[in-house]
This record gives sequence, C-alpha cells and structure tokens, in this order.
Amino acid sequence: MSIAIEAAKCVGCGLCTEVCPGNLLQVKAGRAVIRDVRDCWGCTACVKECPRQAIYYYLAADLGGRGGRLYAENTKNEIKWQMYWPDGSFDEIVTAKGEANKY
Amino acid sequence: MITVNVREEKADVLIIGGGAAGCYAAITLGEEHPGLSVLLVDKANIKRSGCLAAGVNALNAYITQGHTPKDYADYAKEDAAGIVREDLLLSMSEGLNEVTAKLEKLGLVIQKNPDGSYASRGWRNIKINGENIKPILARAVLDQSNVKVRNHINVVDYIAADGQIRGAWGIDLRKEEIVLFTARAVICATGGAAGLYQPNHPGTSRHKMWYSPFNTGAGYAMGLRAGAEMTTFEMRFIALRCKGTIAPTGTIAQGVGAPQVNSRGKAYQAKYGNTTAERLWAVVKENLAGHGPCYLSTHGISLEQAAALERAYLNMAPAQTLFWRESGLNPSEFDVEIEGSEPYVVGGHTASGYWIGADRSTTLPGLFAAGDVAGGCPQKYVTGSFVEGEIAAQSAAKFAEGVAPNFDSAWIKEKIIRQVQQFLGQDNDSPYTVESLEEAMQQAMDEYAGGIKTYYAYSESSLKIARKHIERLTQLSEELKAKDFYGLLKIFELRERLLVCQALIEHLAARKETRWHAFAEHLDYPERREDYKVFINSKLEQGKIRIIRRPLAAGKEEAVV
Repeated sequence: MSIAIEAAKCVGCGLCTEVCPGNLLQVKAGRAVIRDVRDCWGCTACVKECPRQAIYYYLAADLGGRGGRLYAENTKNEIKWQMYWPDGSFDEIVTAKGEANKY
Repeated sequence: MITVNVREEKADVLIIGGGAAGCYAAITLGEEHPGLSVLLVDKANIKRSGCLAAGVNALNAYITQGHTPKDYADYAKEDAAGIVREDLLLSMSEGLNEVTAKLEKLGLVIQKNPDGSYASRGWRNIKINGENIKPILARAVLDQSNVKVRNHINVVDYIAADGQIRGAWGIDLRKEEIVLFTARAVICATGGAAGLYQPNHPGTSRHKMWYSPFNTGAGYAMGLRAGAEMTTFEMRFIALRCKGTIAPTGTIAQGVGAPQVNSRGKAYQAKYGNTTAERLWAVVKENLAGHGPCYLSTHGISLEQAAALERAYLNMAPAQTLFWRESGLNPSEFDVEIEGSEPYVVGGHTASGYWIGADRSTTLPGLFAAGDVAGGCPQKYVTGSFVEGEIAAQSAAKFAEGVAPNFDSAWIKEKIIRQVQQFLGQDNDSPYTVESLEEAMQQAMDEYAGGIKTYYAYSESSLKIARKHIERLTQLSEELKAKDFYGLLKIFELRERLLVCQALIEHLAARKETRWHAFAEHLDYPERREDYKVFINSKLEQGKIRIIRRPLAAGKEEAVV
C-alpha cells in the first residue's frame, strides 16, 4: 500500500513533506521522495496536498492491485478523484466538500 | 561522540500530540485562558497528523434526541462487560453534543434533517463529511494567539522535578536538535499504540493497518517510565475491517444495513452476541468452523447506494473505493469480504490507558491525559476525545496557576544529551537493525501474546515465552545506532513499543479469565470470573511491571495513590 511520486511532474515544493503523518517524505535534489514505500499508511494526505498532482496512490500487489492509479485534484469546494487504469481509460468520482456522507 | 544542540522553550501549558484531543485542548486554552501561554507539539504536522489523517466517516459518539448521556455511558459499559469508569464515561458523554456543535461552527459539514437536527445513523452516530476534520481543527488551533504550534518534533520523555511533571523533551526532526520544553502543567494526548503485533500484511503493505502506524504508544511508555499508573491494557482493540484495505465496515453494516454472512450465505451474528468484541469474535469462530471467509452481504443494494458508498470511502479510506473499481467487485453485485485486524492498545475504543481522575489528571501531579492515551473511558471516539481535551485543558489551566513559572532545567540537559548520544553514531557494531527488532517483536507478540496467527488467543505458557522475547529484544535495542534524527525517531518508537508490549503481556497474564472474546482470549481461563470484576492496573517499578487490582467503583480518590 503506498503512494508514488512522478519525478517529471514534481517541482520540489515540499508541501507533501509537511503533511505526511509519518514524516516519510523528503525533498532530495529538488524532488520529493518517499523514504520507504512499505511505511506508507495510505492516508492520501500528500495526494490531496500536491498542487501538481504529481503523487498518486495505488494498491500494492499484496492488496490485490492491478496497476490502477488514484490521483486527487483538490479544489476549494470539491475533490476530483481520478483513477487511471492500465488500459488507458479513466474514471472520475467527485466528492463535494459541502456534502455529508450518505452513510 | 556526535555533538547535539539543545534548544529550550517555555510555556504555561504544554500539550503533547496534536490529534483530536490535543487540538481541542489547545482551542479551549486559546479561547478561555488567553492569558496562558500554550505550546502544542506534534511529531508530524497537525494539519494531517494522527489517526484522522485520511478523515473520518461519521461522528460515532453523539446523543440523539430521546437519549441521554447516561444511555451512552450504559451502552459503553455493557460493550466493555463492566470494566469501565462510569464517572469518566458520564463526564465524557455529557459534553458530546456541545463539542459537536463547536466543530460545526468551525466548519465541519454535518448532515441535517428538515427540522434542523443532525441526521443520525443509529441512535448515537451522526453523518458528516469528515475528510477535512484535521485541517479544520488545525486552522482553529492556529487562530489562537496564545498557542504556538511546533510541528515535526517527536517528544521522547517527560521532565519531572519536585514531585511533578514540569515538561518534556523531544527531537526536532527538521533542525536535528533536542528540544527541551518546560511548563507549569502538561497534557498528554499522544494517542494509542499500533505496530505491537504482526499486521495483516507483514510485507509491502505492512503499514496498511486500522490505526495510525505512527501512533506508537509514546504516551503510555513515557507515563510508565515516569511512574504513572496505567489501566486495562489487556482490553485490546481488534478492528473488524474490509479484507485487504482494512477500511471500516461500520459504514456498510450500518449505512446500507448489510448483515454479516459466511461463505455459505448464512447470517451468523446472532449466535455470538452483538458487542464490538463479539462481532469480531463471530468472524473468528466462523472461520475456525470452516465457514469462512466471511462477508458483509451487500449484493442487491442499488447502484445509487453503491455509488454513495464509494464517495463515503473516498472521504476516509480511499483504498476501498479504488479496490472496488479496480477489482470490478462492485458492492451492489458482490459481498464485501471482512477480516479482523491485529490487536492494538487504544483508549478511545477500549478502556486502556492512564488511570485518571474525573478532571483527567493522571497519578503524576502536573500531568493530564486525554483521548486515546486516557484509560477507563471506552467508546469515546473523536467527539469524546474532544470533550476529554476540553476537560484536561481546564484542569491543566487551573493547576498551572499554582506552579512557579520559572524552572531551572540546566541540571537535566546533560542527561538528555547522553540519552540521545547513546543512539547516535555512524558505526553500528550491532548486526541488528531497528527493522529486524521490530519484526521480531511483532512476530513474538503474534505467536505468543494472542495475535492473528493464534486467533487472538494466548495461555500462561505462551505469555511466558512472549515475555522472554520482549526482554531479549529490549536488551538488543540498547545497542542500536542511528545516523540521523529520523533513524533516532525509529529507535525511540521501537523502544516505546517494547515497553508497551512488556506492560501488555503482564496485563494479559493478570486477567485470569476471558471477559472479552478475542480482545483478551485466555485459553487457560475461557470463561468470565466473578472475582475479575476489577480493574487491572499497573506501574513500572525498577524495570518490572507491578500489577495493582482496583475495585470497579474506583473514582478519583482511589486514583491518586
């Protein structure tokens, strides 16, 4: 269970290193890196914090992962959760911040 | 010897841990005691630190119309088979609705009924959007002019002098220096302990667990080392979760009314009872009987319901939504497989933690506890932690008034530096690493102290072996060396966990009965016993855990030894 950082998109702003509850992220040579993917809790705080959508979340192989990548575009009123699949297709689910969970 | 810098900071009240309880304590001190200076210290950043990092799906402790705080206390007492402090449960329950209204004012979205009341999910839960509960709390804390927040500082131990707790010291992970905090009163709100037992996925996804893997039991360990009395560690918490993702099951079970069924499609819950422990135990028993795996029966729910579930999970456990989409196992068509997590020690769900008075004072003068570190008051969850933070803040403010503001900490500096230097070094003589000792600890606890491998059960013989392993690993941990402060953090975390394990094993051994299935499943004593309607408390004395039995009627008077 972990996140991955796309070096090509990362600008090394360090916002993700601020919010990781496990102090797992660092900026090294101008890019964010994770110390050890096995230590990620999967909270997605960094995914939601990244202004460049350079961080995605994935299910590791031991959790049934099939290569899907979950990104989040975090705006003032909603979060657009984008799931990219290995075949090139993608799904989007929008959660409105002003709306409570139905369940 | 590596030179280490020491920085000093001073406040009237020091709060250790910026989760639900710590943040609420800071807000209370900010709004109601603006004359006091407050320091809130967190190992990460309060914006997303602690167990609410991903969000929370509902507020699980709220008194809905037609119910009273006493009803809530009665429910929690029954769920814990009587081992609770009713005085603590009542004072917590009485504050639930007020703190909820406060959170709404701060910006938390709560679903309303047409008449303006909160929409409930059952009689004690209300529906919210809890994705941003931590950012909301953090912003409210930062708005307080008398509160200073110190992020990325991991507190290691208390500073005690003149018979009271006068502060704490920690390591600044960014500046790589020691920070010595002195205060007139201290509130501990560091959370419970995860990572004691081998987790569901010990490999790549070793941290995909229910509770925050960064909550290491620091508060329990610091309290034990300083001589505080602890209670009920043996009432472990084991979460019933969605298979693999370890996402919550309550949202499905209560939200769409999905019953538990076994692999033969039979509902079985009624056979085992309906307490939190029994719902988990039911899965264990069904698996043992060859009826597993077990599921939440969701097939047949509408596509709209399934879509609402997907959105709800994104707001607190996004892995589950990704799993549903990626696997094609849409809950409207396929049941959701469930499993038990590894055990935790966590006082927000069970009664484990500091033995406290009604004012949330611990047995150490000057030290107050709130949230998951505070014992005797189970089922407090997020809102109950807020209430405890508020009570602890008021008590700490009052206590601080009677304490001299200045305190000479020079005498303790050298001792702290030596403690840090012991674990710092480029050359590691030992062939052991933090990781290898942590894995060995988790394996020993799993096999001999009632982990997943033994279906949560243990015996006197197995606990003896667990005890030996923890002793051995504690000795080995003395020789560990870290190259930087992050490495130092990992060593301190391991040592905290080892001490919590040591205490937990003695608690499990001392309760010679099975009061809660799975949570404390003693194979030598498989039944409940009348003479164990007591609290099992403990103290660390000369490196050994001393067990203290206390009557259930115990209140503050008995708490102060």
